[in-house]
Amino acid sequence: MTNSEKHIVLQTDNLAIGYQSKKQQTVIASNINVSVEKGKFVALLGKNGIGKSTLLRTISKVQKPLQGSVKIKQKKLSAYNNQELSTTLSLVLTERLPLSQLTVFELVALGRQPYTNWIDKLTPDHLKKILWAIEQTEIGHLKDKRFYELSDGQLQRVLIARALAQDTEIIILDEPTAHLDIHHTFKVFSLLKKLVENTGKTIIISTHEVNLAIQLADEFILLSEKEIYTGTSQELINQNAFEELFPKELISFNKTLEQFVIKKN
Amino acid sequence: MNLSKTYTIQFLLLSVLLIVFFIANISLGSVTIPLEEIFNILSGGISIKDSWETIILNYRLPKAITAILVGSGLSISGLLMQTLFRNPLAGPFVLGISSGASLGVALLILGSGIFGGAFLILIFSNWGLAIAASTGSFLVLSAVIIAANRVRNTMSILIIGLMFGSLTSSVISVLAYFSDAEQIQQYLFWSFGSLGNLTWTELTVFGTIYLIGILGTFFVIKPLNSFLLGENYAKSLGINIKRSRNIILLITSILTGVITAFSGPIAFIGLAVPHLAKMLFSTSNHKVLLPAVALIGAIILLICDSIAQLPTSEFTLPINAITSLFGAPIVIWLLVRKKKIYV
Repeated sequence: MTNSEKHIVLQTDNLAIGYQSKKQQTVIASNINVSVEKGKFVALLGKNGIGKSTLLRTISKVQKPLQGSVKIKQKKLSAYNNQELSTTLSLVLTERLPLSQLTVFELVALGRQPYTNWIDKLTPDHLKKILWAIEQTEIGHLKDKRFYELSDGQLQRVLIARALAQDTEIIILDEPTAHLDIHHTFKVFSLLKKLVENTGKTIIISTHEVNLAIQLADEFILLSEKEIYTGTSQELINQNAFEELFPKELISFNKTLEQFVIKKN
Repeated sequence: MNLSKTYTIQFLLLSVLLIVFFIANISLGSVTIPLEEIFNILSGGISIKDSWETIILNYRLPKAITAILVGSGLSISGLLMQTLFRNPLAGPFVLGISSGASLGVALLILGSGIFGGAFLILIFSNWGLAIAASTGSFLVLSAVIIAANRVRNTMSILIIGLMFGSLTSSVISVLAYFSDAEQIQQYLFWSFGSLGNLTWTELTVFGTIYLIGILGTFFVIKPLNSFLLGENYAKSLGINIKRSRNIILLITSILTGVITAFSGPIAFIGLAVPHLAKMLFSTSNHKVLLPAVALIGAIILLICDSIAQLPTSEFTLPINAITSLFGAPIVIWLLVRKKKIYV
């Protein structure tokens, strides 16, 4: 095993993703060969419907691959059971939480479930981890609030805190800034960046905030109709990958500004 | 810092209420027995009148204990269903589980007339009714779950539950059509619901099965709490969804089945009590909610039963009528009230 291979925490091998029903197979993307190194902030880009969420769902074992395989820490994903996976990989999803009376603290504390005993007792050790997660995400003042009282931006940070409390090497977030204004979007991005730097965790997010991601993410996985690009922002710019992201009528990628700009006629 | 809220005051208050209504329930009835005599008899002393001793020990005490078992068991079943389906309107009755238990009992009582012999032995054994009712409730619940896995829409699940309910009642009607008056009457009386008429032997059988169900709930506290975040999060927290769901279903069908077998189909308690508990304790943590619904359910059924026996009268109203009279307004109030209804 070479040195760089040792640091690969997630790898896909000829992966095809999509949906399987009794009658037919709907392939959304195929031939996906990507690898993610430990301690990187990875942005998954692609236009609506290209399969970002499906890819994230597949590498987090929410749904099965149609073909090929996913390896996490050199072990096939299909060989993990729920319990094992829960200490390696945590999720922040886009789905709405069912309406309950959970407080922010209780919600974050649920992140400790993979480690608590059968009756879910929180030992001082667990409390320390929970409070650390709350402190990192700066939600201490919200601790006793119910989660439905929060703004979208606050809730997103609470969900990130929950994933942090789960104490996993990899955190996967599906469009964490979907409903946020530019200030809160930036806040979430810089929080994730900070966490990668301070904790050495690997964070993979899917996002539409291309301009912001180019400034903050270490690595990119870019899904386009033609092919799948991976690499740093500079590598992708050199390959003209960003031009593939969207149809070219309205916006274009400006290489010197390193962002998308509106086309002027 | 207030990390984990304690609910000592609420629990203390409910425990006192439980004892008060337990005593009140025993002291009320067609025969008036002085309170000191009741305490005397309950603590194992010898009463001035033999008949009082018989009334208390063989009639009122088993009935009050039955009320506690039925009230707490149904409320726990309701809470489990509401969390599992993440639907505030779920409950053993709405989802057709009680109807399933009724079908089991109907097959036993009414079917014995049609199919004869073999069933007769079962009717008179204490376990027969319990097994029939539990099987019936488990079958309906499994069917609801299979349907629920396919539709995933909570409103559809409730409608499917109601459909199963009406399916089972039509099967019961068909059975009744072919049965003789005596058996129909026997079934009809059972379906009114009754907390009395249980011998100590029957109560022992009831209590044993009830305890098995209650013990089971301890093992699902963790999955129940994680279900509050939805199935995908629960899975990512390491919960074995299928196994947890099956255990929850098993507990619910055991509890609902045995309760329905011994006391008839009792409506609304399972639906209404969890909401009362969620309001009183304003928490979603099942470590708090489970004992809370058990206490509140027991208290409310003791009250309902005290009302049903129409104090100082010889008549006893069907318990099912009282719980519905009490439960229906609560459900309506819940829906009319614009506040949030929690899973």
